[in-house]
Amino acid sequence: MLAKRIIPCLDVRDGKVVKGVNFEGIKEVGDPVECAYEYNLQGADEIVFYDITASHEGRGVMLDVVRETAKKVFVPLTVGGGIKTVDDIRDTLRAGADKVSVNSQAVQNPSLIKEGADIFGSQCICVGVDAKAIGDKKWTVFINGGRIDMKIDLIDWVKKCEQLGAGEICLNSIDTDGVRGGFDIDMLKAVVDAVKIPVIASGGAGKLGDFADAFLKTDCSAALAASLFHFRELTVGQVKDDCRSKGIIVR
Amino acid sequence: MIAIIDYGAGNIFSVKNALDYLGYESRLTDKREDLENADSIILPGVGAFPWAMNMLSASGLVDTIKEQAKIKPFLGICLGMQLLFEKSYEFEECSGLSLINGYVDKINEPDLVIPHMGWNKLEYNHNCPLFDGLGNDEYVYFVHSYKVFTDDKTLTAFCTYGGKVPAVVSDGRYVYGCQFHPEKSGKTGLKILENFVSLK
Repeated sequence: MLAKRIIPCLDVRDGKVVKGVNFEGIKEVGDPVECAYEYNLQGADEIVFYDITASHEGRGVMLDVVRETAKKVFVPLTVGGGIKTVDDIRDTLRAGADKVSVNSQAVQNPSLIKEGADIFGSQCICVGVDAKAIGDKKWTVFINGGRIDMKIDLIDWVKKCEQLGAGEICLNSIDTDGVRGGFDIDMLKAVVDAVKIPVIASGGAGKLGDFADAFLKTDCSAALAASLFHFRELTVGQVKDDCRSKGIIVR
Repeated sequence: MIAIIDYGAGNIFSVKNALDYLGYESRLTDKREDLENADSIILPGVGAFPWAMNMLSASGLVDTIKEQAKIKPFLGICLGMQLLFEKSYEFEECSGLSLINGYVDKINEPDLVIPHMGWNKLEYNHNCPLFDGLGNDEYVYFVHSYKVFTDDKTLTAFCTYGGKVPAVVSDGRYVYGCQFHPEKSGKTGLKILENFVSLK
């Protein structure tokens, strides 16, 4: 049986892990290569680097991080943030990433999904989606870290991503992100039902049981969290033990 | 030296990184002499079958691969494993390397999330030297939408996703294939790679 995946995410700026996103009050909290290695030892099924570097020079630093990590961490690596073109995708994969995650850029230029999938294969194109509720079981897609409402229906958008060749959807709920009250089950369910490709739950994990909850209440394939793991409130191992005790298959 | 065939497919650096980490000398190459001089050969691959066969044909390596796979250990990974078979129906019917009997077709089951992406458990079917030192609860990383259809003798391990999905195949002599990515399968994957390069 296919195991449910637990994915820690590291926010990286200028080659350092940072926390306190919302782009204010960011503080450096570590070396991304070391953090990735630590997560690997804890049993992470995949590791995501989310690059919040604004400058062009900074992107080269991110690729160095990927290159170094790929030499000692032998689980899939995903890089998101700032990927705008097919060349960015190529550079990131050649540095040792297995997948890229495209978000705002894909909303503004959906052909990036298709071109990326046609050239490199669907398996390496993950589409990150930020969405927020606008009514009962209705959500719209936001870009730029949740600041701009694109007024695009979430379900229409994820179906379009799948059609364009996305291999996976990483669904982040703006409503539950940072609240730490659990994943957005209603939104997750709606997206899982709408597409055939794997869906990663993101945004809202605050305690041990939240991961198992997402797996028991929806057919999502994976769950992702950043700060919870980063501040060592929980280890990946503890989350997996909890899932296992509830009958969920994990590695 | 282990030759990693570089025919323009992605993910070849990961295979090299894993072999470097294990302390084995390897070379990314598209040269016939390197394949002839290598102790063993790895055919990686990510992408579509017809495209990969075209690239291999264009590199002029097909005959060398067929020849060398009869005299030294040869491992196909993911698409590289699918290329070992007679033909594939990905997009169009396309001939493969025909080193092992069987064909490649879509994982076609309703209600199944496709691609088959993530960690799945190895279920052993026959003894295989690649499994030396592995336990009964080993997970490896898969990402694919097509699978091979072959006979029981060839299938040394599978995993369950809908039905049986071939995970490890072997011709019983020098040719092996892994549908999963050993270079991305943590300790279990590294052990499988180490077992492969230790083959004589």
